[in-house]
Amino acid sequence: MNMRPETEAELAELIAGRDAPVWIRGGGTAGIVPQGTDVIETSGLNGISLYEPGALTLVVKAGTALGEIEATLAAEGQRLAFEPADLRAVLGTDGAPTIGGVVAMNVSGPRRIQAGACRDFLLGVRYVDGLGTAVKNGGRVMKNVTGYDLVKLMAGAHGTLGVMTEVSMKVLPLPEAQGCVLIDGLSPDDAVAAMSAALGSPYDVTGAAHLTEGMDGTPVTMVRVEGFGAQVDYRTGKLKEMLGRFGDVRVETNTDRVTVGWGYVRDLTGFVGAKGDLWRISVKPSDGPEVLRAINATKAQMDWGGGLIWAVVPEGSDVRSQLGVAGHATLVRGVGQARFHPETPVNARLAEGLRAKFDPKGIFNPGLMGAN
Amino acid sequence: MEMPAPNPTILAKKAELVRRLSEVLPEDAVIHEETETRAYECDALTAYRCPPLAAVLPASTQEVSDVLRICHDLGVPVVPRGSGTSLAGGALPTADSVILGVARMNEVLETDYDNRFIRVQTGRTNLSVTGAVEADGFFYAPDPSSQLACAIAGNIAMNSGGAHCLKYGVTTNNLMGVTMVLMDGTVTEIGGAHLDAAGLDLLGVICGSEGQLGVVTEATLRILAKPEGALPVLMGFDTNEGAGACVSDIIKAGVLPVAIEFMDRPCIEACEAFAKAGYPMCEALLIIEVEGSPEEIQHQLGLIKEIAAAHNPVDYREAADADEAYRIWLGRKSAFGAMGQINDYMCLDGTIPVSALPEVLRRIGELSKQYGLGVANVFHAGDGNMHPLILYNANQPGQLELCEAFGADILRLCVEVGGCLTGEHGVGIEKRDLMVDQFDPVDLEAQMAVKDVFDPAWLLNPAKVFPLASSEARRAVKIAAE
Repeated sequence: MNMRPETEAELAELIAGRDAPVWIRGGGTAGIVPQGTDVIETSGLNGISLYEPGALTLVVKAGTALGEIEATLAAEGQRLAFEPADLRAVLGTDGAPTIGGVVAMNVSGPRRIQAGACRDFLLGVRYVDGLGTAVKNGGRVMKNVTGYDLVKLMAGAHGTLGVMTEVSMKVLPLPEAQGCVLIDGLSPDDAVAAMSAALGSPYDVTGAAHLTEGMDGTPVTMVRVEGFGAQVDYRTGKLKEMLGRFGDVRVETNTDRVTVGWGYVRDLTGFVGAKGDLWRISVKPSDGPEVLRAINATKAQMDWGGGLIWAVVPEGSDVRSQLGVAGHATLVRGVGQARFHPETPVNARLAEGLRAKFDPKGIFNPGLMGAN
Repeated sequence: MEMPAPNPTILAKKAELVRRLSEVLPEDAVIHEETETRAYECDALTAYRCPPLAAVLPASTQEVSDVLRICHDLGVPVVPRGSGTSLAGGALPTADSVILGVARMNEVLETDYDNRFIRVQTGRTNLSVTGAVEADGFFYAPDPSSQLACAIAGNIAMNSGGAHCLKYGVTTNNLMGVTMVLMDGTVTEIGGAHLDAAGLDLLGVICGSEGQLGVVTEATLRILAKPEGALPVLMGFDTNEGAGACVSDIIKAGVLPVAIEFMDRPCIEACEAFAKAGYPMCEALLIIEVEGSPEEIQHQLGLIKEIAAAHNPVDYREAADADEAYRIWLGRKSAFGAMGQINDYMCLDGTIPVSALPEVLRRIGELSKQYGLGVANVFHAGDGNMHPLILYNANQPGQLELCEAFGADILRLCVEVGGCLTGEHGVGIEKRDLMVDQFDPVDLEAQMAVKDVFDPAWLLNPAKVFPLASSEARRAVKIAAE
């Protein structure tokens, strides 16, 4: 059964009267919701409630399509700086991603290394908990320490703590220009060393990724800067000088081409069609190369300076037991293993306790996070 | 501001408590003589004082765990304390509580430039975190104005901000991991040197929880490469509206300064009288700082000048060098000292949407007349975080209460226009009773449910953040269990 409430009150009533499990779906583009289950669609809760470009503030209903939001922001020369990925091609899904889905999964792209994750741009939420109570937390202002920060807790909770109905976000100006420095043929170790040097420079690097196979099939390391035109010229020049010891450095200052190149990284375009399980692994950046050696990937890239590894491995590979370093691995596409990395017993107990408080009937996205 | 009456059963356990604490801590780490506990009777909200039952100064995570386990066994409330610089009463004890100070835990545990983090014990001061890495060209971004004294433990508890958070974010945006001790003595690690923690964002809810969920003993903090340079520009306006519109246009134009500070006429006059920085006498003054190489700075200042010109500034000064930059910041940085010269003052930190600035300043002016108390406004304009300073005379009976009532009206006004009670100081006891003006009972219930999970007996800093009436039933559980 598919339910599609159009107001928060309607949603609250529906949940209050329910004891059976239910899955929450935004655009359905993550491919998480199992077939044949009861589903609450959030797409009925849509529309931009408030947008003040001069205050960098956006308040929007959770079921609003991401595309609509991005177009509205672009018209004012602004953007969601955490750069949410569009993984539809690699996951083989269709539909329109919603902002609620992006927030629920804390989807954050290459710029996360400099600007922060989705959760860092989330100023406020409204949600309906597992008993059907509508709750608000945070607000619409940039600095807010009034009470506990449930806003962060909702980001990345994958709908297990409540159904978000509205989110407030901080947005940022679109830069005038983007530039990228590229080095071909580096080993993963040299690539991470180069990216660390760039990220430790004063040039405000907004992306640092290494593809073991770039668009032309050979390894490429990419470092992005953004800003005013002259600033991008200056900073790419400085980075070229600085990274020269790692290999031949190319500079790309055509903003359109830079945008396309980083879209390829962000959306895992190079992974489309690759057979096997898709994993997302989060580690200390300098541990990235070691993880790559350990997991036997048929296709891999390192983002966030080495700290975020996307890898395709043969179906059923137990990536978690191969990691060998601190961090965690999420199964993004594949079956037969839990999606999320097991937590330490204490943290698992705390998380379980929170889910029991927010969703006492245990009806939201059953089994998606945690043990049951 | 009321605090709960001390529980006589707990007071009667003092000897047993001190004995057991002395078994796990060195002698000089357990403070229980009344003349000595007085040193911990208040934080920077000095209007409220109460010596604790005892104070302890553990030197390791293990000692913190031992202390908490003992207090948990005995049902004794614990009030965690960093450096005691809270303006909100976050570290104010009750007579039946133990102050747990982390000041002896101030080591740097690990510095990793390749991965851009530093791991410290949380008694370390904010400024000395930057101090540990600045020779290598790095810094820790959150910069609360108490940074010389305030501890990372308190920064995490209050999710502290600072003048530069428009670009760099507040504590929660720069915190990667913690070692935390729960009230029952359990030690846990959350997050670490990787960029995102697994599972629910426990780190996100711990940061800013005002020491009510656990005691954070170690923290992994993001460090950044220092920018090549920074320069401020100062501009004066003859209306608050003009200054507000200028801020909005700069942001809309895509310039993202690292700081935008706003001062109103009473504040300008007081600062000028005190610091003689040579500020123009006008209704509103902006100080805007940009970062980068010399050429990048000139480019951004050029854009800002062009935008400002459309709002007819009555004065416009660019800093040509470090000395001129110093003079531009001099008045602003002495604002609090200048106010202290005139009278006692109370500093609020409500946040408002930037667009509501002119209306809020006008209505604060009206309230000032109504209460007969002066007020000066200094303001992080980029992010809407206000700092109204209300002047009063603490020695004149009734003035503190009058000042608090005026402050409460200002904070209610912040909420009314779409803002919040506190942007960076925290709720503590100061804004505790105003929480019902911002939140409905169900909103507070959801927050208190989080504490139920981390601290089921409500022993950690229990009389803070939530109005006493809202938390009464939960706090009563431990008393009933005596």
